[in-house]
Amino acid sequence: MDFLRNMPFFCIILSMVSAVIISIMSDRVARVFSLCVIGAVSVMSAITFFYVAGVDQSYTYYMGHFPAPWGNEIRVGILEALTATIFSIVMFASVLGGMKRVFIDVAPKKRNLYYIMVDLLLAALLAMIYTNDLFTGYVFIEIMTISACALIMSRDNGHCLVSAMKYMIMSLIGSGLILFGLSMLYDLTGHLLMSNIKEVIAYNVANGRYELPLTITIGLLCVGIAIKSALFPFHSWLPDAYGYSTATSSALLSSLISKGYIFLLIKIMYRVIGMDVIVSTKIGNVFFVFGVIGMIAGSVRAIAQTDVRRMIAYSSVAQIGYIYMGMGLGTELGMMAAIFHIFAHASAKSMMFIAADGLSYVSNDSKEFRDLSGSAIKNPIAGATFTVGACSMIGIPMLAGFISKVCFADAAINAPTVKLVIVMLALAFSTLLNAVYFMRAIISIYRPVRDEDKGVMHKANPLFIVACIIFVALNVFLGTHAQPIIDFIFEGIDMFA
Amino acid sequence: MLKEIFSHLMTNYYETAAVIIFGIGFTTLLLNKNLIKKIIGFNLMDNAIYLFLASKGYIESRKAPIVVNGVRDMEAYINPIPAGLVLTGIVVSVSVTAIMLALTVKLYRRYHTLDIDEIAIISKKGGI
Repeated sequence: MDFLRNMPFFCIILSMVSAVIISIMSDRVARVFSLCVIGAVSVMSAITFFYVAGVDQSYTYYMGHFPAPWGNEIRVGILEALTATIFSIVMFASVLGGMKRVFIDVAPKKRNLYYIMVDLLLAALLAMIYTNDLFTGYVFIEIMTISACALIMSRDNGHCLVSAMKYMIMSLIGSGLILFGLSMLYDLTGHLLMSNIKEVIAYNVANGRYELPLTITIGLLCVGIAIKSALFPFHSWLPDAYGYSTATSSALLSSLISKGYIFLLIKIMYRVIGMDVIVSTKIGNVFFVFGVIGMIAGSVRAIAQTDVRRMIAYSSVAQIGYIYMGMGLGTELGMMAAIFHIFAHASAKSMMFIAADGLSYVSNDSKEFRDLSGSAIKNPIAGATFTVGACSMIGIPMLAGFISKVCFADAAINAPTVKLVIVMLALAFSTLLNAVYFMRAIISIYRPVRDEDKGVMHKANPLFIVACIIFVALNVFLGTHAQPIIDFIFEGIDMFA
Repeated sequence: MLKEIFSHLMTNYYETAAVIIFGIGFTTLLLNKNLIKKIIGFNLMDNAIYLFLASKGYIESRKAPIVVNGVRDMEAYINPIPAGLVLTGIVVSVSVTAIMLALTVKLYRRYHTLDIDEIAIISKKGGI
């Protein structure tokens, strides 16, 4: 069994090394190889998950078997393994489903480079999920930023370049704040390993030392990560980046990159600062307020869009708001709901981006609603997948989005009265808005086709169908088998402490 | 109270300077329209953090952590870890700067201006 403990390390190293090797491959080989790597990582993450769930306790893995002060550590708990598994499955399906579009959008000589960035992204994501060392976390935040920027600008047109620039500027501001926060944390505690920092912080708080600097540090870290994950007032870069880049990039950006940062923030809250200290600084209230505003504002802006991709992008702003609202409740139930929503949103939003791409493929590559009418009839698989994603986001039972909304409501009932009222109102209003814009989208894609267009039925490619099946299966699985996953999330949160 | 705060600022003058430079870099990166100046701002911001870290590792009247003349006593040297962090950070910010510069070159070739607002307006109008 000891051999299985190496799996997370293998995942990270495999994806990093493959990113290097792909640079000498041809486009066709690079595609297959990259998919194989992502598939292997999914399988290995699943094995890790079952191993950790079997032994029922987390373990720390020393890189090269050097213990703490010299070597680098990764820490594997049940929540980390579960997140890695779901993220890598989502990534597999996104890359598979958008493969044809990447072939069209990316210049011929650069197609293998695209898959380098995908693999680097996977490595950074896994390292951020597993790491036990804050500075390693920072380095991988930057690697993720770079690969995300490359994914946005891989499609060589003006819109993508401008949005890559905007993304870079906001991201660098965020990572500057995070780095400053880490430096101050190192200064306050003298450690970089999460568990050691937590001990010193607990000692400092008990003795009333360094209260103000600690508050500032928490503020810097939280604001930095909030900027990078596009919490409401910092979302200006998001619609362009998601709207114009190639479909796989949009799917990866919305479902994995911003979620990776949020997962790191949750880890920092539990494993570095300690949840009781976080609650006593009341930073949760800030998250709560901006999360609720984001929920409403994102949905309102989504209604105004005429472009399906930009509509999904604004919907992402709203969903990020949900996650931060859950974190802002400050209870374990709220955190569980936020983590479940990370999974639900990751599986639904990437599915919608891929399906929307299939729809615009049969509508002369247009993303405007008026051109998309009837596209779901021409491409029934993409239409059905889009509908499932939209229903999941609205919160129809049997799908993932419903469970996360129930969890949010459940968490709110146990929160203070003011928050209870706000959450319930915001949930109701935001669900209504979601229904308005997603229903409009579904109606417009299912509008009957004019007679002269009827002949051009689209023959979907098999890769796209497989990706759609994986996405739908994942959504239905999360929606119908939610209870074991919720139990695992609770166990994982307990393991954090 | 105020006097006390100012005296602390004067004692920790490295950190004070670092925070001021960080602020300058931060605002330049966020608010300046010119892309090259934005990149300069980014570098100022990161370098301010490195100054902060390096000053945190320095201990008065000790030497750089390189063993000479066989002195192995820990008390003789400053803390080497912040220096390691600074080196890592420099590598990161160099690569990010390279990407930013490459993006700037591409944008300039396409739009013939460095003003980010102007570029955004042209691209929104569907120019290129």
